[in-house]
Amino acid sequence: MTRYLTVALLIASLGLTACTRPDRFGGGNDGAGGSGIGTTGLGDVNDPSSPAYFAQAIGDRVLFQVDQSTLSSQAMQVLDGQAQWLMTNSDYLAIIEGHADEQGTREYNLALGARRANAVREYLISRGVPASRLQTISYGKERPIAVCSDEACYSQNRRAVTVISVASLG
Amino acid sequence: MFKTLTFLLSPILAALLLLAPAASAQQGPLRITITEGVIEPLPFALPSFLPETAGSEMITADLARVVADDLAGTGLFRQIPPSAFISQVTSFAAPVAYADWRAINAQALIIGAVSTSGDQLVVKFRLYDVFSGAELGEGLQMVGTVSGFRRMAHKVADEVYSRITGEQRYFDSRVVFVSETGPKDNRLKRIAIMDYDGANVQYLTDAGSIVLAPRFSPSGDRVLYTSYESGFPRIYLLDVATSGRQQLPTEAGEMAFSPRFSRDGRQVIYSLINGGNTDIYRTDLATGQHTRLTSAPSIETAPSFSPDGSQIVFESDRSGVQQIYIMSADGGEPRRISLGEGRYGTPVWSPRGDLIAFTKQNAGRFHIGVMRTDGSEERLLTASFLDEGPTWSPNGRVLMFSRETQGAEGLVSIYSVDVSGRNLRQVVTPSSASDPSWGPLQP
Repeated sequence: MTRYLTVALLIASLGLTACTRPDRFGGGNDGAGGSGIGTTGLGDVNDPSSPAYFAQAIGDRVLFQVDQSTLSSQAMQVLDGQAQWLMTNSDYLAIIEGHADEQGTREYNLALGARRANAVREYLISRGVPASRLQTISYGKERPIAVCSDEACYSQNRRAVTVISVASLG
Repeated sequence: MFKTLTFLLSPILAALLLLAPAASAQQGPLRITITEGVIEPLPFALPSFLPETAGSEMITADLARVVADDLAGTGLFRQIPPSAFISQVTSFAAPVAYADWRAINAQALIIGAVSTSGDQLVVKFRLYDVFSGAELGEGLQMVGTVSGFRRMAHKVADEVYSRITGEQRYFDSRVVFVSETGPKDNRLKRIAIMDYDGANVQYLTDAGSIVLAPRFSPSGDRVLYTSYESGFPRIYLLDVATSGRQQLPTEAGEMAFSPRFSRDGRQVIYSLINGGNTDIYRTDLATGQHTRLTSAPSIETAPSFSPDGSQIVFESDRSGVQQIYIMSADGGEPRRISLGEGRYGTPVWSPRGDLIAFTKQNAGRFHIGVMRTDGSEERLLTASFLDEGPTWSPNGRVLMFSRETQGAEGLVSIYSVDVSGRNLRQVVTPSSASDPSWGPLQP
């Protein structure tokens, strides 16, 4: 149980970093600050078995239409790649973060983010990723990556991000 | 000669004494009846309170200012500037020169006096109906502390407000909210508590985790809120006096949020997300027993009890968009009450029981509104880029809510508005603020 919690905290820490610094895998390791759990273990983006490769080459996120949690065909393509990577790299856990844009009440957006994260999780499971390796979390509208108040930003914020964590670190 | 009421000016014991009437106790016609129409604020004169002991003059102006701000802040009263006064008040016991106050059109006159002894503060006041030339109600005396002078001022203002409007008091109350700092894509949030007017802000959590939507217990001693400190959104119960807290038990993989107390403070209703689906649950705080109240593939969230505890109002998108429903406190088939265009969320039952406040989204705008519990007589009180999350004053007359401005530099603040839709104003806080929950009138 303790071990599980540690992993969850690590993942959450990575998740926060993911939301605030979308380019986090590009320039090596400058630490998330605050929690004391650094962004270690992401590896080299040129290494196909690295989380950095997962995030950048495969794509760690899918986007959604307004108030929807339906996966587009483009999203499914990205998730097919994610599923393949997760099955190849079976040491890793993944946590799927669901997010919403700011057009909505706080509570509803939390529930909507959970729907989006769950849609991704269900899809990855349907492609063969063991359910036990996939967790979901919703941030609702609490962690936008784009801050303007129009569709150019909203479309980026309506997302589900698959964040990779090293299971053995727990 | 004194009739004595005793009440607790927490944590200081204070005595409230009814002073013998200064004039014949005939009831004057001074009265504001609050209707939905436009109202001309009632002019009042509030000379600086009289210092009756050495040292108490330090606090007389501050006390009078808080009283005046409370009254003027309702939009129902207007303070006459002291520069217009004809006569000066030199003694609490001196006869009132009604003609001088009539001449400047003061309809109400508040005379107060202050004495201090160490940290003890004694405040007394009388309220006069200038045009009938009589005292309105009896004089009152309160005993508290110098450091708690704002509460004593709120009690004076509450008394004046209540006598003139016939409404219940609400100034001596507190609000829990989320204090926000930092840019929009990296907001730091802390649970904080303040007086209803934004004074005396104290922080109840640090900024290490996302925290959301604190909710006061009916007696104001505890706060429910949602925090991500475990890595996932979970509900915490916080003791206001000690800041001690505990997590509401939640299974691994579940996310819990949007909690609210029952009116007896013994139960919590909230939303639980399991497998991507959000439903409403109830937990008994003493036994820890969970009861599932809704069971639908749609989103059911933002539950709020009726004052008698028999029903729950909540939002659901089972029809395809967010709408407001009412069900029995034990669950069962809900009935939809919101019927207008747009989306309706965050319903909150009024303390009087007759109205539901809500957030409405329509045509790209957000509104705070109220409707009757059968959905009739919907009225929108506000409109902006983003208004959400209403909370009722203890007397059901005023609503606070969050308002966020548009764009990358958008900031969030707490606003209040009268239930009539009048008197929209910002509650000034030291930093950005959201998710207010208005607590009870303090004893």
